[in-house]
Amino acid sequence: MPESIDTPATPEAIFGKDAVTAALADHAAIQRLQQFITDAKWDRGELTLTVAPETIVQACEAAKAAGYNFFEDMTGVDWYPSEPRFQLSYSLLSHRLKQRIRVVVRLEGDTPTIDSITGVWPASNFYEREVFDLFGVTFAGHPRLTRIMMPDNWNGHPLRKDYPVEGYR
Amino acid sequence: MAIEAPEKPTTATPDSDAPRSQFAGRVNTQETGATLAGLRPAEDMIIPGVEDVVEESVSHHKPKGSDPISDQTMILNMGPQHPSTHGVLRLVVEVDGETVISLAPDIGYLHTGIEKTCEAKFYQQVVPLTDRIDYLAPMTNNTAYALAVEKLLELEIPPRAQWLRVLFNELMRINSHLVWLGTHAMDIGALTVFLYCFREREQLMRVFEAVSGQRMMTSYIRIGGVSMEPPMGLFDQIRKFLLDFPSKIDEYEGLLNANPIWLGRLKGVGLLSQEDAIALGVSGPPMRASGVDFDLRRDMPYSSYEKFQFKVPISNEGDVWARYIVRMEEMRESTKICLQALDGMPEGRYVADAPKIILPDREQMKTQMESLIHHFKIVTEGFQVPAGEATSSVEAPHGMMNYYVVSDGTAKPYRVHMRNADFANLQALEVMCKGRLIADVVAVIGSLDIVLGAIDR
Repeated sequence: MPESIDTPATPEAIFGKDAVTAALADHAAIQRLQQFITDAKWDRGELTLTVAPETIVQACEAAKAAGYNFFEDMTGVDWYPSEPRFQLSYSLLSHRLKQRIRVVVRLEGDTPTIDSITGVWPASNFYEREVFDLFGVTFAGHPRLTRIMMPDNWNGHPLRKDYPVEGYR
Repeated sequence: MAIEAPEKPTTATPDSDAPRSQFAGRVNTQETGATLAGLRPAEDMIIPGVEDVVEESVSHHKPKGSDPISDQTMILNMGPQHPSTHGVLRLVVEVDGETVISLAPDIGYLHTGIEKTCEAKFYQQVVPLTDRIDYLAPMTNNTAYALAVEKLLELEIPPRAQWLRVLFNELMRINSHLVWLGTHAMDIGALTVFLYCFREREQLMRVFEAVSGQRMMTSYIRIGGVSMEPPMGLFDQIRKFLLDFPSKIDEYEGLLNANPIWLGRLKGVGLLSQEDAIALGVSGPPMRASGVDFDLRRDMPYSSYEKFQFKVPISNEGDVWARYIVRMEEMRESTKICLQALDGMPEGRYVADAPKIILPDREQMKTQMESLIHHFKIVTEGFQVPAGEATSSVEAPHGMMNYYVVSDGTAKPYRVHMRNADFANLQALEVMCKGRLIADVVAVIGSLDIVLGAIDR
């Protein structure tokens, strides 16, 4: 792996798929995920790759093949009221390359669905349950998608921005 | 058991052709004498839900008329008030005699919605909330959060603050490992060790109190540096403790290493292979005890860790004993790092030079107009953080701790998410306990070193 990735020649942020692909052409993730990337960002030393929601499983498999062997984290961000409303950020780490990437998908609508990646990394099991519980995003193909933090009979998804901090009264 | 049998007892798993783990088949039925007929294979590695365990138990029932004693398995509820679950962890365990057939953790009893609360606070007001997540290592939480926000602000942190962060992060590691050792040994039955560990922990608590005014919820590490200069004479007090501490570790090992009960309960128990550890997202000492040589402090250094010399203890055994050995060695290495931090402690500022972000010096605030204005503005309006997202990652005592902070350009974080090692490590519990005795579950939980505050948040 080139050293230039940790200390890029261009310390400033780069936005857009073409610009990032040109600046970081020899980055392992850029090479292997090329066909899935719809948007990209190199900001504050972190690489963020946006992929289409339909391709998340293939994108994760490609990232795994590129050396990002460790699934670290997955969480959501609710951009209510703008659309697409939900952003899911998958954080993947490579033990060998000693670097991490962030794979992002954007989901439209109030009750979005995306494929589960538990087949790629079993570690995503609890994280998908958490996002389902707190954001109301459904993961198709998850072995048992139930609430994990809140009680089973809870009303609403607390981390959505239209959910009041004090809860519904 | 009055549970009706459902049509479909087990759920299909997407990765049924995943490679078998290296320990698959090493579940020793001979030793326990249990029958494991109908055991669902552990290779899927998906830790089941409570309902899965109950449904599966029903599928193990034999038809009416067969031997009533060997007839069925039993569902055992463990926690959330069970002392060995280290907090409010509830486990639903299906047992055949004393052998664990399947196991499901039920979490959320300590869920306080910290992530939601963060969205309603100013950036600097989030720091005390982070203390309460992994409450055995509050300064590590503070560091992880501060690093993420500093990345968004692109703040330069002075060397003295970085060295102080390293010093207190390592003292926190010792503190956390002491609690782990004391409670782990107490779970196994070696009650005395707990008293010795807490004797040393008390000295550390006094250090934390001296530096921050608080024994546990320290909030000492802030955005831009640390909250204040350590009091005079504190470094000597820490050095005295550190020089004495290796002999105390020897003392703990003297109590445990030759103890046949301790050896019998730890060796060969709770096996976790290298592939399983990575697939299940296990990090920290349990991962290194399974032979994965990765430590963020060495491999992706933060806060000047690259300037310190230390070894990363690893083991290839993958059992509870290996995790014990790795953590004991980590305490020794932490002691060395702390001494290096004390020896090389740079002079200078302990906070970054950013008057619009850092609260001014108290004396200046009383005498200078600008400082008073800055103080007033920061306290009442907070400070704006440029829009963007940042992830920080630190090697916490329990494993990899990441903070993911999203800013929309205002004075309050749009989203704060904590990735705690405990949450992911818990997913490996079933793989480690399946086919073993119920008493081994206690040993395995102790070796995972979980804090429910970090799991439920």
